[in-house]
Amino acid sequence: MNFIALGYTDLIIASLLLLFSGLLSVYLRLGMERQIGIAALRMVVQLFLIGMVLKFLFALVSPFWTGIAALIMLGLAGREIMARQKRRFRGWWGYGVGTSSLMISCTIVTVLALTTQIRPDPWFDPRFAIPILGMILGNTMNGVSIGLDRLLSTAVDDRAGIEARLALGQDRTQAFQPLVRDSVRAGLIHIINSMSAAGVISLPGMMTGQILAGIDPTEAVKYQILIMFLIAGSTSLGTLIAVVFASRRLSDSRHRLRLDRLGETRA
Amino acid sequence: MLSISNLSGTGIGPINLKLANGDVVAITGPSGAGKSLMLRAIADLDPNQGELLLDGAERTTFHAPDWRRQVAYVAAETSWWAQRVGDHFEENDAAIRLLEQVGLGEAAMEWSIPRLSTGEKQRLGLVRSLLGKPRVLLLDEPTSALDEANRGLVEDLLRKRADEGCAIIIITHDPAQAERLKARTYAIAGGKIEAIP
Repeated sequence: MNFIALGYTDLIIASLLLLFSGLLSVYLRLGMERQIGIAALRMVVQLFLIGMVLKFLFALVSPFWTGIAALIMLGLAGREIMARQKRRFRGWWGYGVGTSSLMISCTIVTVLALTTQIRPDPWFDPRFAIPILGMILGNTMNGVSIGLDRLLSTAVDDRAGIEARLALGQDRTQAFQPLVRDSVRAGLIHIINSMSAAGVISLPGMMTGQILAGIDPTEAVKYQILIMFLIAGSTSLGTLIAVVFASRRLSDSRHRLRLDRLGETRA
Repeated sequence: MLSISNLSGTGIGPINLKLANGDVVAITGPSGAGKSLMLRAIADLDPNQGELLLDGAERTTFHAPDWRRQVAYVAAETSWWAQRVGDHFEENDAAIRLLEQVGLGEAAMEWSIPRLSTGEKQRLGLVRSLLGKPRVLLLDEPTSALDEANRGLVEDLLRKRADEGCAIIIITHDPAQAERLKARTYAIAGGKIEAIP
C-alpha cells in the first residue's frame, strides 16, 4: 500500500480552483459567487462532520449506534425523495411511500451483502456497513424518486385513460399496469447507464478511491462490480416497491382512481 | 333491475331512481348540474354513498370491476391507450359486427387512434363498452359529435339493446332524442333529479 495522506495545505491549493469559479461568476456577471461560496462551505463542513461521526462510529463498533446512523441516513434520503416530487401524496403518505420503499430495499440488500459476500466481523461493523449502505442508498434514492415522480405525474395526465380501463371492468392492477411499467423503467435507466458507462466513460468513485488508497486495481474492480450489482438490485427492488405501493395508494378497495389523495402541484 | 336509493356524493344527491329491464332514462340539465357525476357515481368511479341494487344484489357484494362490467359507463370523451383501434377489442368478430351497426366497417379495426374524429371515437367507445354485454348502460352524451345519419344508427342500436333487456341511462340535451329512444325523462339541477312529465 502506498497511500498518500493529504495535508490541509493541499486542500487550500485545490480550493484556489473554486476561487477561479467565483471570479468567473463576477467577471461574467453570473451572480453565482455567493451560491458557489455557500455550497463549498456546506460541503467542507458537512464532510468534516461526517468524518468525525464516522470516526466515532468506527471506534464504537456498536450495533445500536450503527443502526441509529443507518436510520438517520434512510430518513434523510426519504425526505430528499419527497422534496423531488412534483406531485406528492397528502400528509404522511408523501414521506412514507418513498421512505418505506428505501428502508425495505436498502436494508435487505445491505444486510445480504454484509452477511454473505463481504462478511466483516462482526457483520454490522460500521466501517463496512455505513459506506456500503451509503452507496446503495444514494443510488436507490434516485431510482425511487424518478419512478415515483413519473407515476404520480402520469396518473394525473392520463386520468381519462386509467378511468376508461376501470370503467371497462379492469381491476386497479390492470388499469395501472402501463404506468407501473413505464415508471419502473424510468427509475432504472440511471443504473443501467451507470453500469454501461462504468470503466469506459467513467471510473466509478469507490473504485477510484480504493486505487488512490493503494489497493490493487483488480481488487478494486471486484469491489466495484459487487457494489454495482448491489446498487442495481436495490434500485430495482426499491423502485418496484415504491411504484406499486404508490399505485395502490392512488386507488381504493373499490378500484377507483383517487387523485384526491394527491396534494397540489409544486413548481 | 337497477334500484338507486339515496345516492349522494360530491356535487350530487340524494338521487332515487328505479329502472326495469329495457328501461331507457334520459337525463337533461345545464352544464355543471351533476349529470356526469351522477353516472360516475352509479358506475362507482367516484366515492359515494347510497344503496345501489342490481337484480336485488347490493353493489358492495360485487367485486368493483364486475359491477362496472355489468353497469358500464361510457364517458363523453372516450380515452384510448393503444395506437391501433383493434388493439382495444378482445373479441374481433363481435367488434366488427357492432362496428358495422354504427356505420364503421371492419377497416376501422386497423385505424390509428390519433387520426380518429370525435364522432368516430364516440361510436368506437360505445362499441367497446357493448362488447362486455352490460346489463345497464350509462351514456354521457354519446351522440353529441355525430351527424344525423350516424346518430340514427347509434339510436337504433341503443333501442335494439333496450328491447333485448338492457337498461340505459343517457345524458342528452335533445328532447327529440329522448322521444325517439322512448325514454322517461328527468331533469337534473343542483345534483338532484326530477321527473319531467
